[in-house]
Amino acid sequence: MNAFKTWFHKLGSPPFFYEFAGYLRPWLWVGTVVFAIAGLIGGLLLAPPDYQQGDAYRIIFIHVPSAWMSLFIYGVMAISGLVALVWRIKLAEIIAMESAPIGAAFTFITLVTGSLWGKPMWGTYWTWDARLTSELVLLFIYLGIIGLYHAFENERQGARAAAFLIIVGVVNLPIVHYSVVWWNTLHQGTTVRIFAPSSISLSMLWPILAMMIATKLYYGVSLLGRARIAVLERERGKDWVRQIVTEGTKNA
Amino acid sequence: MREFFAMGGFAAYVWPAYAVFFLVLATDLIMTSRRRRNFIRQFRAILLRQALRRKSS
Amino acid sequence: MTSPSLFSGFLAILQRDLLLAWRRRGDAAMPVLYAMIVAILFPFALGPDHQLLARVSGGIVLVTVLLAMLLALDNLFRSDLEDGVLAQMVLAPQSLSFLMAARILAYWLVTACPLLIAGPILGYMLGLPAQAQPVLFLALVLSSALLALLGSMLAALTAGTRRSGMLLSLMLLPLIVPVVIFAAGAVSAVEQGLPWIAPLAWLSATLALTLVLAPVACATALRITLDA
Repeated sequence: MNAFKTWFHKLGSPPFFYEFAGYLRPWLWVGTVVFAIAGLIGGLLLAPPDYQQGDAYRIIFIHVPSAWMSLFIYGVMAISGLVALVWRIKLAEIIAMESAPIGAAFTFITLVTGSLWGKPMWGTYWTWDARLTSELVLLFIYLGIIGLYHAFENERQGARAAAFLIIVGVVNLPIVHYSVVWWNTLHQGTTVRIFAPSSISLSMLWPILAMMIATKLYYGVSLLGRARIAVLERERGKDWVRQIVTEGTKNA
Repeated sequence: MREFFAMGGFAAYVWPAYAVFFLVLATDLIMTSRRRRNFIRQFRAILLRQALRRKSS
Repeated sequence: MTSPSLFSGFLAILQRDLLLAWRRRGDAAMPVLYAMIVAILFPFALGPDHQLLARVSGGIVLVTVLLAMLLALDNLFRSDLEDGVLAQMVLAPQSLSFLMAARILAYWLVTACPLLIAGPILGYMLGLPAQAQPVLFLALVLSSALLALLGSMLAALTAGTRRSGMLLSLMLLPLIVPVVIFAAGAVSAVEQGLPWIAPLAWLSATLALTLVLAPVACATALRITLDA
């Protein structure tokens, strides 16, 4: 336990984190590729066509994992943002801020794949359904956080301001979701259900789970890669950064 | 094989969705590696300039 | 030396802000002018069909008024940050959130009150049914107060940045979506002869909650901005 604690404290130090992330990243890459290939083969080749939706449902294997990631990454950002605000840990700021573009990317993917799925199923690319609208608002929340972070000249100050905005978004997002649900029932518009309450068969379920693991691992890969550069950028002027840069592309 | 690419008539929706998925994530990775390369290049230039200045003074 | 009480600090800020606004009366007219221009353009875009305009008028007035309030939001803290008044407020013996509450109240009085007068007139011009007018007014009061509270929190957050007008709107959109839904929901409910009290009650409850939380959040955001 004590060894773990010292290890965890060491992880907060930028040079140690840089090196540790550099070692971890290739392994995460291997995992990402293995699970993605398994999930894609299982989803595109092995799983039978759906008896209602035909082959169009195969978008589920990227849509649902992306949708899950869009919320999962926000959760990670909320936790590290809170840590950054309370304890002012530099690494927590970096994790929160470097997660935001990845989260925005997954949210964008969710919206686009969702509308590409919606066209053959509901006959329209877009409908003001609660789920879709909330996801769109989530994209705007992500963009606001990224924009606020980059608007500051001092990146630590920007990170703290953006972390504050992340916390505001945590409170806001459920409010948006439920108000849109209420709005839809008031207007009685096009109420379409994405998921019929049918249980999903195992041959379709396991590729989704594999893709979920693959996207999580990919997030790790991308986040560590981004965080390593962010650490270098923020610590420029320190000796260890100078050493890494002059040593060349070793361990890049 | 052709049957696989046809996706039961839904090829126009399924394949663009997968293309977007991979393109967006690839862009994410490419931007990260470019950011790294730019940082190292700029930082090296700064170090070089500093070294030159030290030599001349 | 005894420090002045909490309430006198609140009053002093309110008085100062109102005086400043009075000295620059022209600025206060800008949002109203903007709202009128936008609302007047709608009939030209949609055609003079009376029924169609009556159906959308509530929503148009609501959105226009809220957008017009955004105009003044960007400068809410900027000039005070530049000349150091905000730093003095942080150091003042009174709680910063209370002083922020005074500032938000002044902003609401100066920006929203003219719009609250213009709103029903615009609604009438667009053919809003008479029975919907009081509900629209109530919805405007509640939603403009909510926008002032939420917006000033974000304005405090962006005060330390370079020009941020677009960023402010981007950040405000997710926060204002529920407000617009409920405010416009009440207006469209009364037009359809449905009970309209529920959405307004929700708005009032949210306003009560925001009234307590937003000044505190505003003060926290300001401390982040000033801590360089």
